[in-house]
Amino acid sequence: MTNKLGTNPVFRADWVVILIYICMLVFGWLSICGASYEIGQTDLLSWDTRTGKQLVWMVCASILALFLLLLDDRYFEIVAKALYWFFIILLFITPFIAKDIKGSKSWLSLGVVNLQPAEFAKCATALAVAKLFSTYGFTMAHRKDMIKAIGTIMLPLVLIVMQKETGSALVFFAFFLMLYREGLSGSLLFTAVAMVFYFVVSIRFGSDVMPSTLTSVGEFVALLSIWLFSLGMIRVYLPRTPHALRLLLWGGAILFLSMLFSHFVVPFDVSWALLGISIFVVGYLLWHAIELRIAKYLYISLFTLGSTLFLYSTDYALNNILQPHQQTRIRVLLGVEENNSGAGYNVNQSLIAIGSGGLTGKGFLEGTQTKLKYVPEQDTDFIFCTVGEEEGFVGSTIVLLLFFTLICRLIYLAERQSTTFGRVYGYCVLSIFFFHVLVNVGMVIGLMPVIGIPLPFFSYGGSSLWGFTLLLFIFLRIDVGNKLRERF
Amino acid sequence: MIGGVVALIIFIYIARLFSLQVMSDDYKASAESNALYKEIIYPSRGQILDRNGELLVYNEPSYNITVVMQEQVGVDTAEFCKAVGITPEVYLEKMAEIKNKRNYSRYTPQLFMTQIPAEEFAIMREKLSRFKGFSFEKRSSRRYATAHAAHILGDVGEVNEKEIENDEYYRNGDIIGKLGVERSYEKQLRGQKGVRILLRDVRGRIKGRFEEGKYDTQAIPGKDITLTIDMKLQVLAERLLEGKVGSIVAIEPNTGEVLCMASSPTYDPNMLVGRDRGKNHKLLKQNKRKPMLNRAVMGTYPPGSTFKITQSLIGLQEGIITPQTQFPCSGGFNYKGLHVGCHGHASPIALVPAIATSCNAYFCWNLYRMFDNRTKYKSVQEGMTRWKDHLVAMGYGYKLGIDLPSEARGMIPNADYYDKYLGKNWNGLTVVSISIGQGEVTATPLQIANLGAMVANRGYFYTPHVVKEIQGGQLDSLYTTKRKPMIDEKWYPYAVDGMRSAVTGGTCRGANIPGLDVCGKTGTAQNRGQDHSIFMGFAPKENPKIAVSVYVENGGFGATFGVPIGALIIEQYLNGELSDGSKAKANSIQARKISYPLYDK
Repeated sequence: MTNKLGTNPVFRADWVVILIYICMLVFGWLSICGASYEIGQTDLLSWDTRTGKQLVWMVCASILALFLLLLDDRYFEIVAKALYWFFIILLFITPFIAKDIKGSKSWLSLGVVNLQPAEFAKCATALAVAKLFSTYGFTMAHRKDMIKAIGTIMLPLVLIVMQKETGSALVFFAFFLMLYREGLSGSLLFTAVAMVFYFVVSIRFGSDVMPSTLTSVGEFVALLSIWLFSLGMIRVYLPRTPHALRLLLWGGAILFLSMLFSHFVVPFDVSWALLGISIFVVGYLLWHAIELRIAKYLYISLFTLGSTLFLYSTDYALNNILQPHQQTRIRVLLGVEENNSGAGYNVNQSLIAIGSGGLTGKGFLEGTQTKLKYVPEQDTDFIFCTVGEEEGFVGSTIVLLLFFTLICRLIYLAERQSTTFGRVYGYCVLSIFFFHVLVNVGMVIGLMPVIGIPLPFFSYGGSSLWGFTLLLFIFLRIDVGNKLRERF
Repeated sequence: MIGGVVALIIFIYIARLFSLQVMSDDYKASAESNALYKEIIYPSRGQILDRNGELLVYNEPSYNITVVMQEQVGVDTAEFCKAVGITPEVYLEKMAEIKNKRNYSRYTPQLFMTQIPAEEFAIMREKLSRFKGFSFEKRSSRRYATAHAAHILGDVGEVNEKEIENDEYYRNGDIIGKLGVERSYEKQLRGQKGVRILLRDVRGRIKGRFEEGKYDTQAIPGKDITLTIDMKLQVLAERLLEGKVGSIVAIEPNTGEVLCMASSPTYDPNMLVGRDRGKNHKLLKQNKRKPMLNRAVMGTYPPGSTFKITQSLIGLQEGIITPQTQFPCSGGFNYKGLHVGCHGHASPIALVPAIATSCNAYFCWNLYRMFDNRTKYKSVQEGMTRWKDHLVAMGYGYKLGIDLPSEARGMIPNADYYDKYLGKNWNGLTVVSISIGQGEVTATPLQIANLGAMVANRGYFYTPHVVKEIQGGQLDSLYTTKRKPMIDEKWYPYAVDGMRSAVTGGTCRGANIPGLDVCGKTGTAQNRGQDHSIFMGFAPKENPKIAVSVYVENGGFGATFGVPIGALIIEQYLNGELSDGSKAKANSIQARKISYPLYDK
């Protein structure tokens, strides 16, 4: 089929993504209307209002998108490295020349508009990483290459932390998702997730005691999962060996006996039995590692040992290393502490706003919680509250599904790229989007700590809108380029 | 794999949203209490007028001072006390009171002082603005245009916790009727509060109305109430009872409207208004003669000889006596060793002269012959039950149902009562003193006046009531329904004739006002100390306009206080004024004081 649209990249770009992009811009703008609306206000389009300004940013973003589609896609690959270093330098000097806005030195004033270089650094880093991966002979299996890749990601992260923009800095962890796609060992990611799991469980349920024993629920569950995770790893990486079953049966028997003992004879802390099992697992695997000279045994035993040490050090770290306000934040987040006026205030108000929306919401501009400014940062980081309050469960679910569709579509597009550059860049983009949705929405609905990062296309602000537009449309242009080249 | 993780996260988030938004209502309630401020609009309370349209109770603007505890920290207490005119002790007391309230909150305005009259507040107003945390709200307070009728009008006060619990209409600091018609007609007088739902932002600033006032409600003003009371008569009644303990009740027979209801001692209703309410309330409570007690409906007394009218009617109805039946009276009732004394008059004697002379023996015979009549009643118990049923139908023994709070029911003993206290071995003789309104029988002055109305009407009465009209509303059907005792109408003329001849030539000669055809019956009730002086009557004989009962505690013979007071009330009401002679008589009665060692010891 000869395409009537020809080779014009504007018409050949992926229409699904563009449609979602337009939907989100419109939905986002309506949400900002709701969030920044003042009672009695009539003119939503005036330059003096945030809605008016956002409209201008949206027009600029559309022009930017069009412009990007008209560029030659190979151009991105060429400038990637230079762009990256330009932004590294910019990020480095920003704190010295930036105005102090709410304790953060990340804004550059360009007359009419203030720009946040960190928003654009994401895009530059993604291009640089994609470029790095596409260099001849690059492979994640080489330690040197891996360090190079991780270094490219970590450098802007560190610089942004120095600007006291922890939220934006954390976004760079999204690149690890792309690294996983490109061959980073899944066990490493799993280890990271497992650590977070131990941390949360041990603190959240640390002070609950299991009935008829002297065991802390948090410690018990964490130790139990260390044991089971280790067995799972043996099962996956050392299949067809009897070790997993053997350790499961022995451990289970010991655990069962000690629980019976605690229940009927003398109540004691069953965690000690689990700790004993873990130490036994470590010893058992180490012995096999030395005996059989198979490194996998060593790695798994290191996982078990590391997990156990990590578990017992988190409690210490939380109470002794972290600052008091950071401790509170973590405790409030995990529901150990109730604090609705201090650290928990934002989240509580945000939950009230969303919860009061009901199934279908209160209607456009009818949200009382957002309109009356109960929710802080409601047109930027907490914009999803407005969606929840005014459009209800239906509206917020639609927004989440839009993001889901966008990310799935980007995965599909990334996978069909004929070049490493395109694929890696695509994964960077979708990972960044995913991370933003994960953290932002999670924070607003009280499942994630309060980390100030915007919701793509919804949060008010030119920098973030342009940053995301840049990310997305560079990928669309690369995609079009690869698609067109395939045909010839 | 990555797609799976994304799907899982999105699924978890949607599930969370579902539980937040669809499964739980807590957040909706929190959002409302966050953002919606319900401003209550207080309706004006209904006014109270007398039967001639004279304004008795009205409203006047007053002010409440409120305090937000959170904000008042650091206020100069001494200076504040000076500004509002209270002592530091009172200040501390009030603060402690506020903190002890059940719904106390540091962040919302709490009532500090209530019902400050406008003129007093005018002086405070300017100074008040200097004290952080203190502010004021405009309300209205009750004013009484009269110093009389305190027991009927009653009073209003701040709701207590129990009242708030019983009726969710009320909030802390609201005003509620406590006594009198203020209480019994509370629902009509209070009206209906309105509410304005306002939007309040995070700093507590009002940003506008919720949904353009769609859910706001208007306050509905309370209804005005017209009393059946004739204030002129009421004032006279209260004058006549000065220095005495007792009560006067007058009823318009053909409507059941209470024309006056005095209870002595009484008090000025203005005492229970404004800032001194608490202090005065305490004083009145401590007074040994109990001025707060409305004796007309709450006092229960032996009805004495006024009760003989009921006995005449029961005897005639039950066929125990005929108008011609005569009984002997040899200085009293003497039978089987029992003696009930009487005074000198002709013997034997028939019904009409027996009423006129208040012959004790006649009514003892009457009751004895009824209770021990084994052809009509199988047992004394059955006879007594019949007797009791008659009296209950006449309004004795139970609350009449007047529209005033705390009415007493009086006491009409029944057969069970005597079975319990006397064993099974009692008969008509044992209980014969109840026939002359002594012994276990008690009644309220209202019930006695109601008897007068019933006889005046020759066989029916309306439940007595003090409210004639509710603005734009209807009286309870209880007050517009005739009640008929179980007495044939043909027997009433004999009771009327007896009462008329008591006035023309019997015990009530003092009530014989020319041209008014007064009918009456005295009573002299024995009790601890001096006898109670009682009068029950109506006038004129034909087409009666007023029925009266007078009860003066320890006033001696019925003729001493009861009769002249009753006569003056009748004269005042029927003639519209007192003759010069009567005026002098009224003044002399007003000046006479009775000593009450039992109250004042």
